[in-house]
Amino acid sequence: MKIDPKTFIHDYQLNICIQCGTCTGGCPVKFRSPLNMRRLVRETHLTDNFSSISKRAELWACTTCSTCSLRCPSGVKNVELIMGIRNFLANKGEVPSTIRDALENTLLQGNPWGRFRDRRADWAQDLGVKIFGEETSETLFYVGCAPSYDPRVQSVSTSLVRIFQKAGVDFAILGKKESCCGNEIRRMGEQALFKKLAKDNTALFKKLGVKRIITISPHCYNAFKNEYPDLNIPVQHYTQVLVDLIEAGKLHLSKELGISVTYHDPCFLGKQNKVFDEPRKILNSIPGCDFIEMERSRERSLCCEGGGGRMWAEGGTEGKRNGEIRIREAVALAAKTLATACPFCLLTFEDSVKTSGLAEQIVVKDIAELVMEALEVQ
Amino acid sequence: MKKNIGVYICHCGTNIAATVDCEELVRFSSALPGVKMARDYRYLCSDPGQDLIKKDIRELSLDRVVIAACSPRMHEATFRNLLSSEGINPYLLNIANIREQCSWVHHDRGKATEKARHILRAAVARVLGQEALTPRKFGIQPSVLVVGAGIAGIQAALNIAGGGMKVTLVEKSPFIGGHMAQLDKTFPTLDCSSCIFTPRTVEVARNRQIELLVNSEVTEVTGFVGNFKTKIRKNPTYVDFIKCTGCGDCVEACVLKKGVPSEFEEGMARRRAIYIPFPQAVPLKAVVDKESCLLLSKGKCKKTCVEACKAGALDFEQKEEVIEKEVGSIIIATGYDPFDPHLLPQYGYGVYDNILTGLQFERLSSPSGPNRGEILLKDGTVPKAIAFFHCIGSRDENTNLHCSRICCMASMKQAHLAKEKTGAEIYEFYIDINAFGKGYQEFYKRVREEGIFFIRGKGSEIFKRDGRLVVAAEDTLLGTAVEIPVDLVVLGTGLTARHDAEKVAQTFGISRSADGFFMEAHPKLRPVATQVDGVFLAGCCQGPKDIPDTVAQASAAAAEVMSLLNKGEIEVEPTIATIDPELCAGCKLCIEICPHSAIEFLEMKGISSVNEALCKGCGACTAICPNKAARQNHFTHNQVLAEVDSLVEKEFNVKAQNPNVKSMTND
Repeated sequence: MKIDPKTFIHDYQLNICIQCGTCTGGCPVKFRSPLNMRRLVRETHLTDNFSSISKRAELWACTTCSTCSLRCPSGVKNVELIMGIRNFLANKGEVPSTIRDALENTLLQGNPWGRFRDRRADWAQDLGVKIFGEETSETLFYVGCAPSYDPRVQSVSTSLVRIFQKAGVDFAILGKKESCCGNEIRRMGEQALFKKLAKDNTALFKKLGVKRIITISPHCYNAFKNEYPDLNIPVQHYTQVLVDLIEAGKLHLSKELGISVTYHDPCFLGKQNKVFDEPRKILNSIPGCDFIEMERSRERSLCCEGGGGRMWAEGGTEGKRNGEIRIREAVALAAKTLATACPFCLLTFEDSVKTSGLAEQIVVKDIAELVMEALEVQ
Repeated sequence: MKKNIGVYICHCGTNIAATVDCEELVRFSSALPGVKMARDYRYLCSDPGQDLIKKDIRELSLDRVVIAACSPRMHEATFRNLLSSEGINPYLLNIANIREQCSWVHHDRGKATEKARHILRAAVARVLGQEALTPRKFGIQPSVLVVGAGIAGIQAALNIAGGGMKVTLVEKSPFIGGHMAQLDKTFPTLDCSSCIFTPRTVEVARNRQIELLVNSEVTEVTGFVGNFKTKIRKNPTYVDFIKCTGCGDCVEACVLKKGVPSEFEEGMARRRAIYIPFPQAVPLKAVVDKESCLLLSKGKCKKTCVEACKAGALDFEQKEEVIEKEVGSIIIATGYDPFDPHLLPQYGYGVYDNILTGLQFERLSSPSGPNRGEILLKDGTVPKAIAFFHCIGSRDENTNLHCSRICCMASMKQAHLAKEKTGAEIYEFYIDINAFGKGYQEFYKRVREEGIFFIRGKGSEIFKRDGRLVVAAEDTLLGTAVEIPVDLVVLGTGLTARHDAEKVAQTFGISRSADGFFMEAHPKLRPVATQVDGVFLAGCCQGPKDIPDTVAQASAAAAEVMSLLNKGEIEVEPTIATIDPELCAGCKLCIEICPHSAIEFLEMKGISSVNEALCKGCGACTAICPNKAARQNHFTHNQVLAEVDSLVEKEFNVKAQNPNVKSMTND
């Protein structure tokens, strides 16, 4: 298959790049990989040998955090360019084997880890959760892949179910019928598979009469909100729902936690979708929760490297991981808890706490878990 | 009466002749009804070309002329003057545009010539029905309103006052001087801004031709060029300026000890509720800020200022006042707003100390500023490393696409001052260096020689590591990402249109360009005029400018105003609307649609009537009038329909050329 670089130039606005380096300067993997976004734009613009560019390992180092595109003064679509090149590689079957497996798994089992589709709702077995098909609701609690299968993230799913039940929220989950949202699939380059997932999920949600979607992962939130072409159903990240419940007096956070906590803004929630205040409002309404702002917060949050298919990619980067940098930054603030609101952030930080040997000094929690703790009356 | 039309076809060198067969046009137009003479010539606008036409007018008794040439925007005035000089009414001219609308946009010579024939025939058909018109004349008020008293407004006011005319200079804030009064030294000569500027501000206060109205805003403008009627609202300062000596005792006495951020010091220092912003302020009078004054905002205060004032100047009963001024011309010089870097959160402005805007640095470096010119960090220490970021809020799709023009030079000047005063390591993060003015490139070389590091890459973000600011960017010339710890960052904040630009535009009836600044009448040839006759622009309200350009533009606006006012009377195009009182049914549709409020209803007669002084001849009333009572001079139904009929006529049938055949209008 041949690709005409002119397509890239046109689709991703490469010819308007003024080579100012804002992209590279703010890139979270700039010191961890040879990826230089500015130079990539220039080279893709000028090259007549596209395959020499597309073979580079560092193309898989991009976390698609979108700091570059959001700051670009010229409106170059850098991240879309990366995804475009990955799509080219996916179509040729030239993606790294771990990525290939993740894509195949999603096609077969509806999740990138290749866990059995039939066991997707095992975590919810004893929680008394309504499941679409057996019962119905206007609100879909879309769980997502990691929160369904990963034991660490399942605790977030469980917490949210208990919180919603306590607040009297009527909702149902899809159970075995739930499939991957496709956000990471698109970022790994499989545009066709993403389109299929979007189409199938949209049809399913509409068939079930869903009027509102709540997601756990900011990645699912992003896909539904910004990238599903025909969805037209309001989507909320769970932090937005919790703030509403707290403000409406439906959640009584009564237990003093007695912790000092800082918060890491997930890229797909914060800088990409501008949900900055809700997580902070929640933390500030938990009793005995001393909230400390991180040095690099909100739009300047440092990507944890969990996005853009990096959960399934190997190599392409070297040196100290951003996750470890973040853990050290949190410890330096004397925070005992690093809170976040994204399954991928949670997992990368859990790893980093162990690799940096700081498990004695700090714990990583999802905001939902902290809310759950504050709800429990001794 | 038989009409003698002369038709002249211009080659415009090869501009027209290369694509259109001009000789064929001569043959063709000779046969058109009413045409007595047709000729072609290489350049009709040249002296020999014009002489040719003049000779024909005299010898052949021509009474109407059609010029087939370029757009009427180019040379309509030239040929109208020619007709006038030969005793023919200039409105008996018609221009057939066969360049912009024909030769320039076509390649096929045959088809282009065919199209030119259509255009020419329509022009001849139209000129047959054109009528002699006489321009209207109005007297001119020999006085000027200048809005905004920064360097632009001050320069313009002084120029005009120097020419012997009365100027009303209106300033919204309580003091004149604008942004230039805030600057330390100016690039590239490093003149001290207040040293060169104070004589001007003092002269404004002293000059008897200038009436200075501070704390005032223009609220209403009616009338037209030469005869504007304006209303100016003078907001209360709660201090009687006649009694106030500017001693400052009241300021010392004000109970608001903690103060509020000083506007003049860009928030780098605080002021009391009653204040004099800086020692050289003009007028040197205290004013009360009603937002922070406890008496005015909360209704309760010990009024220590009243006690302290020996002159008895405080007057809390002062009310706003509306002043009416009739002026012949207006200059708008309302300036700019500096870009607010809160809008770009990646730079941590407002989050961290020691990140400043360009103007904040000016105050820091100014000898009259909060640090008396010492460049110190918030904790009072001397910075060891400083970064300057270019293009903050300029050349950026996310904020403003325009280049703010001054920031490269301002940044480099500030780098020079910082280097001189602190000896710090200095980094300039830039995309391109725009050193376009006289002596600017030389200054750029000079600061490089002084050891300032230039890093070609836009600053991407600022964060803190180990208690120190870190600037992140890419050195794009090396292709390497860099993170440099510094103590102070100065954001080269750009210039934006003022937040109230839309309101000002509406008050004066002018428009704005896409960047939000006020729009000039022509970007090259009428850079200080607006599309409203008699209203001119000066300085940064029209677009970002440095001081030399601002001053030059202000003087240009002053010259325009003086050349206009010196005429004593003004000729206005007679191509306006009239309403036939016999046909008008008094439906008032024209009054509703008129964008210039130029039509009034005569209650006694029950009909509408056009105010000639206000009508701009847009034709809206003519189009909407159901009775065809409204008539647009020089664009009558007959004239326009004759042109249209001729254009839609397929065959070149000479017999069908009577322009009056198909028209069914009243005129």
